[in-house]
Amino acid sequence: MSFLAAATPTTTWYLILAAVLFGIGAVGVLVRRNPLVMFMCIELMLNAVNLSFVALAKKMGDIGGQTTVFFVMVVAAAEVVVGLGIIVSIMRRRPGATADDISALKG
Amino acid sequence: MELVVFVLAAAMILVGAVGVIVRSNPVHAALSLILTLFGVAVMFVAQNAHFLAAVQVIVYAGAIVVLFLFVIMLLGVDRSEDLSSEPFKVQRPLAAIVGLGVIGLVVAAVVSSRDAITVRGTGLNVADTVGDGDTNIKQLARSVFGDYVVAFEVTSVLLVVAVVGTVLLTRRVKGSGKDS
Repeated sequence: MSFLAAATPTTTWYLILAAVLFGIGAVGVLVRRNPLVMFMCIELMLNAVNLSFVALAKKMGDIGGQTTVFFVMVVAAAEVVVGLGIIVSIMRRRPGATADDISALKG
Repeated sequence: MELVVFVLAAAMILVGAVGVIVRSNPVHAALSLILTLFGVAVMFVAQNAHFLAAVQVIVYAGAIVVLFLFVIMLLGVDRSEDLSSEPFKVQRPLAAIVGLGVIGLVVAAVVSSRDAITVRGTGLNVADTVGDGDTNIKQLARSVFGDYVVAFEVTSVLLVVAVVGTVLLTRRVKGSGKDS
C-alpha cells in the first residue's frame, strides 16, 4: 500500500491521458462516415485539449488556463449549433448521406 | 485516494471514447460520449476546477449531447450502420498509424519537457468550504470579467451570430418546394 500512497497522479499523467483521448478522437474522425459521429469525435478532441489546459493551470498556478477552457466551451457550443444546423439541412436534401456523399459543396 | 479517482475517471474517459468510435448505432455513440464527458468533469474536480466541472456537466452532458440525440432522432438515423464495409482499403490502417503517431509524439513531448513546466501565476486558490465558499468561482470570475472581458463580450456576439445563422440555415422557405 505504500506504493499506492506514493503514486499520486502528476500533471504528466493528465497530459498523457489527454494525448490518448485526442488520438482516439482523431482516429474516429478519420474512420467514421456518419457526420454526426464525426462531430462527436471532434468533441472528444476538444475535451482532450480542455483537460490538458486545466492540468497545466493547476501545475502553473495560473487561472488563465481555466479561463481559456471556459471560452473553448462557449465556442464549442456555438460550433455544435452551426454544425448540426448544416447537417440537418444536408440530411433533409439527401437522407442517409455520409461524409463521402457531401464531398462537393454544390448540392 | 487521488490515484483511485484518477484511475476510475481515466477508465471512464477511455471506455467512453472508444465506445464513441466503435459503436455502430449513433445513439450508443452519444451515450458513450456522455460517459467520457462525466469522466472529464471528475478530472476537473480533481484539478481544482470546480466551476468548469459544473459547466462541463450542464453544458456538455446536458445541452450538447441532448442536442446530438435530438438531431439523431429528428433525422431518423437511430439505427445501426454497417461498419464492416470499407470503401478505401487502406483507410483504417492509415488512421491507426496517424492516431498512434499523434499519441506517440505528444507523449514524447510531454515526458521530455516535464521539468520545463514551472509555476508562473499567483496560484490557484484551493476551495474553502468552511469559510466563504468556493474561491475557484471568485478567481475565475475575476479573470473572465477582468482581464478577459473583451473576449467575453466577443463570445456573446459569436453566440448571437451562431443562433441567427442556424435559424437561417434550417429554415424552410415558404411557397418554394425547392429545398423541402
